[in-house]
Amino acid sequence: MGAGHTHKLYRHGHSPVHRMPPHCKLVAVLGFVVVVVSTPREAVWAFAAYAALLGAVAAVARVSPWFVLRRLVIEVPFVAFAFLMPFVVPGEQTRLLGVEVSVPGLWGAWNVLAKGTLGVTASVLLAATTELRALLLGLQRLKLPPLLVQIASFMIRYGDVITDEMRRMSVARRSRGFEARGVRHWGVLAKSAGALFIRSYERGERVHLAMVSRGYTGSMPVLDEVTASRAQWCSAAALPVTALLILLLGWTP
Amino acid sequence: MHVPDGFINAPVSAAAGLAAAGAVAAGLRGARRELGGSALAGGHGAERTAPLAGLVAAFVFAVQMLNFPVAAGTSGHLLGGALAAILVGPWTGVLCIAVVLLMQGVLFADGGLTALGVNITVMGVVTVLVAYGIFRGLVKVLPRSRRSVTVASFVASLASVPAAAAAFTLLYAVGGTTDVPVTKVLTAMVGVHVLIGIGEALITTATVGAVIAVRPDLVYGARGLTAPLKLRVGGRLVDAVPVAPAPAAVPAARSTRTVWITGLATALVLAGVVSFYASASPDGLEKVAADQGIDKKAEEHAAADSPLADYGVSGLTDARLSGGLAGTIGVGGTVLVGTGVFWAVRRRDGARRGEGSGEGVRAGARDAVGEGARDGVRDGARDEEAV
Repeated sequence: MGAGHTHKLYRHGHSPVHRMPPHCKLVAVLGFVVVVVSTPREAVWAFAAYAALLGAVAAVARVSPWFVLRRLVIEVPFVAFAFLMPFVVPGEQTRLLGVEVSVPGLWGAWNVLAKGTLGVTASVLLAATTELRALLLGLQRLKLPPLLVQIASFMIRYGDVITDEMRRMSVARRSRGFEARGVRHWGVLAKSAGALFIRSYERGERVHLAMVSRGYTGSMPVLDEVTASRAQWCSAAALPVTALLILLLGWTP
Repeated sequence: MHVPDGFINAPVSAAAGLAAAGAVAAGLRGARRELGGSALAGGHGAERTAPLAGLVAAFVFAVQMLNFPVAAGTSGHLLGGALAAILVGPWTGVLCIAVVLLMQGVLFADGGLTALGVNITVMGVVTVLVAYGIFRGLVKVLPRSRRSVTVASFVASLASVPAAAAAFTLLYAVGGTTDVPVTKVLTAMVGVHVLIGIGEALITTATVGAVIAVRPDLVYGARGLTAPLKLRVGGRLVDAVPVAPAPAAVPAARSTRTVWITGLATALVLAGVVSFYASASPDGLEKVAADQGIDKKAEEHAAADSPLADYGVSGLTDARLSGGLAGTIGVGGTVLVGTGVFWAVRRRDGARRGEGSGEGVRAGARDAVGEGARDGVRDGARDEEAV
């Protein structure tokens, strides 16, 4: 069980962004995304400024731009939807590269693409600079229900174990000459999923009994309380507050 | 299909976030009952929740990565809402999906942070509640056998996917950032998702079947299907004396919650879908009034220019959709207000009773009823708060 100490988006480092307390980072990213989402889409330059802000954060955190760009693949289904918009939305028509497209549709596509990309980038930066355990501590610090945080931490700790279990099943299937090629093979895969559920649930029962035998009564002891100094809060607030200033500047003219 | 930031505007995202938070809170309370309730649990209750729900969440997370090849290179994966609801119960299901979505949003940048509420509401709450409502209803109607569990899980998971798509379209119609023609979106979304739903239904049914074949006691939706133990005495089968009346063996079917959910689902379907086809012409009285010219004097209602006036949502041109939407919002509002009143009354009632007899006596008396045991604990807790 060597896994579970980190996750695949995490990039080890010692930058100021890495060292910042996790709950400050969570609040900062959430605040930034809220500001981005409530920006009117006509303020094109504001989005450019937001992107520059994120670029600055990435530079301070020493996260490579390529890493962020590769992770943007996750948006693809919605990009496809966005590209459909100019053709299906009714309204004033215009000509773009020789194709009839609608103006509101173009604005809609721009809106979704710009805000979605900025949101994903901010989340990637958060995940790349925060360790798993720190994230959970941060969520706990932000007063999420302790039970919810516990469930999340069990999910994270055993996620790799369960995934590995699934991979071993897949290796076992393949070593017996099975290859899933179509709908006809779903039965076998579904039986694997069922077996995986039984194994997960039984593992849960064993984990519970092992914990009870070590004195678990339903709450985890808080060993290290993460705290943040005023200066750390201020530096974390720099991102959303600058974004808010940009938003306000965008509205006044 | 996680909704990114900027797809749904900020107010609707915030509202969906509140709804999701409420659902998660309800899930946290419900999961304690569902996971602590099995016969093996003995005295363990609340502290079983975290490890078991956590491991189930890890399972949902892993099974979403299991690829099911469709044809020639394309493949799909399970969404898992219906599966979780049937295997571990609706509240644990909601909770697990919510935790998976939260972790995907924070750790993998999958789904926007502001859209987290929308994602949880659509993929967690709607999917799970629709699937479990249909499943429970079918299991009650059909004969008590394994085959009916299979049929019920197929229909439930088939319906849950387009229901989630429709819920997303509804949110999009209210708070979408672009005026895409809503009927077009609805047709496209539901059409595509019926296809996805068929795949989901096949996989879910086969998976539930595989679990039932090995550990039927683990399947929450199949509790109560276990045949009573028989003893062979002198060559004849005799019913064994039950060792202990397992409270979990009585499914939640008798509780008011199921009635409540079924009623709500029916009302929403009636309001949202059937009212599409309701007559738009005035009812009898209005017709007579119009014919006779009585209504000339009738004053417009004070709320006539409210956003929901005349059973339509202003700003939507499509009459059918507008009517359906207004109906759905109306039913939702009514249920919220009604539940609030009911809850307040029950709370006060509980406080009054709490002054009289001792807590233990009443809880004990309820235990005898069997099903009431869980309610007793809940009421007890509530009474203490109130006193």
